[in-house]
Amino acid sequence: MLRLPSFRYLQPASLTEALRMKRDAGPDGMFVAGGTDLYPNMKRRHQEPRTVISLMGISDLRATEGRKDGTTVGSCLTLRDLSVLPAFRPYAAVATAARLVSTPLLRNMGTLGGNLCLDTRCNYYNQSYEWRKSIDFCMKKDGKICWVAPSSPRCWAVSSSDVAPVMVAIGAEYGLIGPHGERVVPAARFYNNDGINYLTKQTDEILVEVRLPASNGWDAVYHKLRRRGSFDFPVLGVAAWINWQSGAGSREPLVNDARIVLGGVASYPQEIAEAAAALRGKPLSDETIAAAAEAAYRPSKPMDNTDFDLSWRKQMTRVYVKRALEELRARHT
Amino acid sequence: MARKPSDRRIIGTALRKIDAVAKVTGTTRFADDLAFPRMLYCKLLRATHPHARVVSIDASAARALDGVQAVLTGKDLPIPFGILPVSQDEHALCVDKVRFIGDPVAAVAATSEETATAALDRITVAYEPLRSFDSAEAAVANPEPRIHDYGDSGNLHKLIDLEFGDAAAGIAEGDVVREDLFFFEGNTHLPMEQHAAVAVWSPDGKLTLWSSTQTPHYVHRALAKVLELPPARVRVIATPNGGGFGGKSDPFNHEIAVAKLAMLTGRPVKITLTREEVFYCHRGRHPTLMWVRTGVKKSGAITGMHFRSLLDGGAYGSYGVASTYYTGALQTVTYNIPRYHFQGARAFTNKAPCGPKRGHGTPQPRFALEVHVDKIAEQLGLDPAELRLRTLVPPNSLTANYLRVGSMGLGRCIEKVIAGSEWKKRFRQLPEGRGVGLACSSYISGAGLPIYWNNMPHSGVQLKCDRSGGVTVFCGSTDIGQGSDSILAYIVAEILGIDPFDIAVVTADTDLTPVDLGSYSSRVTLMSGNAALQAAERARQILAVHAAKQLEVPVDRLQFADGRVFDGNDSKRGMSFADAVQAAEAAAGTVGTVGSYTPPRSAGRYRGAGVGPSPAYSYSACVAEVDVDPETGIVRVPTIWIAHDVGRSINAATVIGQVEGSIYMGLGEALMEEMAYRGNRNVVHKIPSLLEYKSPTTLEMCDVITYLVEDPDPNGPFGAKEVGQGPLLPVMPAVANAVYDAVGVRIDEVPITPEKVLKALRRKAKGEAGRVGPESFPDIPWPEPTRVPTPWEGGDGKAVEQVRA
Repeated sequence: MLRLPSFRYLQPASLTEALRMKRDAGPDGMFVAGGTDLYPNMKRRHQEPRTVISLMGISDLRATEGRKDGTTVGSCLTLRDLSVLPAFRPYAAVATAARLVSTPLLRNMGTLGGNLCLDTRCNYYNQSYEWRKSIDFCMKKDGKICWVAPSSPRCWAVSSSDVAPVMVAIGAEYGLIGPHGERVVPAARFYNNDGINYLTKQTDEILVEVRLPASNGWDAVYHKLRRRGSFDFPVLGVAAWINWQSGAGSREPLVNDARIVLGGVASYPQEIAEAAAALRGKPLSDETIAAAAEAAYRPSKPMDNTDFDLSWRKQMTRVYVKRALEELRARHT
Repeated sequence: MARKPSDRRIIGTALRKIDAVAKVTGTTRFADDLAFPRMLYCKLLRATHPHARVVSIDASAARALDGVQAVLTGKDLPIPFGILPVSQDEHALCVDKVRFIGDPVAAVAATSEETATAALDRITVAYEPLRSFDSAEAAVANPEPRIHDYGDSGNLHKLIDLEFGDAAAGIAEGDVVREDLFFFEGNTHLPMEQHAAVAVWSPDGKLTLWSSTQTPHYVHRALAKVLELPPARVRVIATPNGGGFGGKSDPFNHEIAVAKLAMLTGRPVKITLTREEVFYCHRGRHPTLMWVRTGVKKSGAITGMHFRSLLDGGAYGSYGVASTYYTGALQTVTYNIPRYHFQGARAFTNKAPCGPKRGHGTPQPRFALEVHVDKIAEQLGLDPAELRLRTLVPPNSLTANYLRVGSMGLGRCIEKVIAGSEWKKRFRQLPEGRGVGLACSSYISGAGLPIYWNNMPHSGVQLKCDRSGGVTVFCGSTDIGQGSDSILAYIVAEILGIDPFDIAVVTADTDLTPVDLGSYSSRVTLMSGNAALQAAERARQILAVHAAKQLEVPVDRLQFADGRVFDGNDSKRGMSFADAVQAAEAAAGTVGTVGSYTPPRSAGRYRGAGVGPSPAYSYSACVAEVDVDPETGIVRVPTIWIAHDVGRSINAATVIGQVEGSIYMGLGEALMEEMAYRGNRNVVHKIPSLLEYKSPTTLEMCDVITYLVEDPDPNGPFGAKEVGQGPLLPVMPAVANAVYDAVGVRIDEVPITPEKVLKALRRKAKGEAGRVGPESFPDIPWPEPTRVPTPWEGGDGKAVEQVRA
């Protein structure tokens, strides 16, 4: 069998204790939540922590709280919780994205925070140590080159979170805590377009909570492309957010503001500003939808490192953005 | 007194499998569940080069690691082995060169799996890389460097050229001559259970190996050969397999490695492969390029066919020679082909070895043939169901290549699925994006010849009747989940009139059970079933003689049923089965019988005639319905209707289970599964994991409507034929034909992925041919054909002597 290497496992009861344990463990320590990403990666020697600090015993991280201006969600809520709890009904796109992650068994273990911090993926990287040795490793772990783009100075591993594109699209904010205190960052600024340094979070910081905006005045959807209806990571995710102009009366409703965010095509959830620009101030007609889809298609640059052929995946951007916007239109009328 | 079919109590009903409770309660002990005191764990170091000379191996640092008990390299196991006598080309550990990434070069035994894994990193192997080949075409184009120093030509392992009658002249007589090219991508078995084996070396010099193998008899032979042990001192026990599908039919390097390590250390040694390593064992579907040319009359009658196949065999021989013959053998048993020419080639490449996967060598040509026939029907303006019905091979006939067809229920199968799917209302009449497709197939019920030449039975059964009334059946057959243990119990229970759950079944243990060749080629129900039938009938005869005396009833009036032996004319006059055994035992001693089965002699006498003959052929017809999304090319299959001529169901529930399982596996092959390699990156397997090797989940599985056609075959026990493999074959071509019906594009290769469908749709929209598939077949140095006159030309099954100029 592929064995999990030996490691020390700690289970703090508070954030303070967790931060102290991480400080004591130093660079060999890592936080873990559900473990559905980290443990398989450890078997393949992607991450090699000697000390693993579980966040699952910290009850604060599993709380949900309604605020005037939205809802605060603890990062250790499971993906299953997120997909079924009544508190998230107004956030249908979040619940949908959570429900589309992997399999029911893994959603029972996997958490919101874990999905938002999911390690970037690449089929030159998500392989056993021996396999990677056969290709002389890659720059994301143990090697020097990016086999997806051998002349590239950077790693092209893919952001494969389903929930992250939705968080960026709806304008959520993440609350972090670290040795130097707390901070809040907009979801979009939490991610880097770099397969190795894909998070702006420091390794000794903990993602504590996600602040969802108030649910009125906008709508959002998430569409996922993958080979099968279960298990698979997205090869393309489309999160689309529309803020409708109010008081349109009998006229055709107009888009006040929009955000289109793609998952699975870059090392971060890629917001396509041109697609949003094509929609602003316009009705969601077939023509504007086609223009937005075309605008999303052009900068979408999947690489040959996931399932499916990359040119087909690029072509699907157009189809999936169109279908996401059509769903939003149908829901508004 | 033989009972009429209507009197049967067990055969044909839907009984629980005898191991069902153990399986569902998790008490079945698979190979990886076995543990022994002082057991060591084995790990294999595998090649990181696809093709290289092994210059040196330094394992001293590994041996020095605390907990490491032994390290083996190729020189410790220098004797080659392989499943076929003609391809003894494998070593347990590579001796002088490695041939694919994953080829094992060293084996470690240590006190824990973690230590064994750590030791692998301390073994230094120096390689001298050689040029590698990642496709059959590359192997054809490059005879050097040779991957093996044997084979018919350069990197071509096997070349076959067989001609039955003058096929070219036959084709020329057709009103229409059609030529097509097809490609079938390689795919793998994906059993849930990863291969595992445990070896124990006893102080008195006996070796026992438990292994998840489908063929304990062949493993027994390979172990004795490589380890140079007397076969009588080697015992192989096949544990229940968590799925096999052909992937556990070869003797494997890891089995030999743990055996040798156990001999060296004197301690039990176990190995459980990782999922990635199962991809390196492989022996799955050969990627196959095919070319076919057929002449057809306007009526649909075929006048001649010429078929070529090129198989990508991967790094070793395995069953490949047989696989290559199979790509040409069974074309003739469905539609009447009066003259037939087959040319087949198998190439060595630097990839995991290919071999037998469910359907062994026949799904590829069946895909080609059934899509080809669909195109011919359209060209002739005939309904493809009608065309097939007009050209069926008649029952009890001999084909051009000397295969003897017995019962033949394909016509009834076609009629069933045509009616069930409302074919006539749907074909070419559904809205754009929806379509139906038809395909048929046939498969052998066991190979007519054994793997190594011998004239002994293919299956043997010993049967012991205990004075308690219990009966024990001993047979070398191996239950791989298909239910072969249960079949033995049902058949014996039917004949002796007892409860199948009162029968103990002891199987797959070379010390305890008579030889059965193994669970491959859909042979077990027919062959071990016939052996069990014979043993049970002999036991009944013994019991009847003594019961008749005691009951004072003529022997031929006795009936065996409900655990009793009684007068058929007066059921009150009888005794319990246990009393009958006691009467026999008192009068004549211990009651035990044997039974065995040898297939009938095949009709072909030419070289190559050994592949294709079978005691009976099963038949299937399948209609697939598809939805094609024209914007994405994504194909979904909501429903499949399938009819299967099984001869006679022994257990209707397990027969339907095999049909549904075949559909599931076929759907994966049709839509997504492929053994993909990074040709540009050292020929690594691209996706050796359950996550990224895409196989359907329950969400992709279609509804299956199954019809069993029962046309009993005189060669099968109670008329039974195979069901484990045949129903897979028509799925891929039925889906391809349905995609054409839905959106008018031809995907002449599997898997039929969205990329290919969309590409074909784009081509069609541009006014080009709406097709994706291979464009050419390479030039191959075919040998002089073996010419065999057909039966209707007065042939006797022998080849015409070649006159050398």
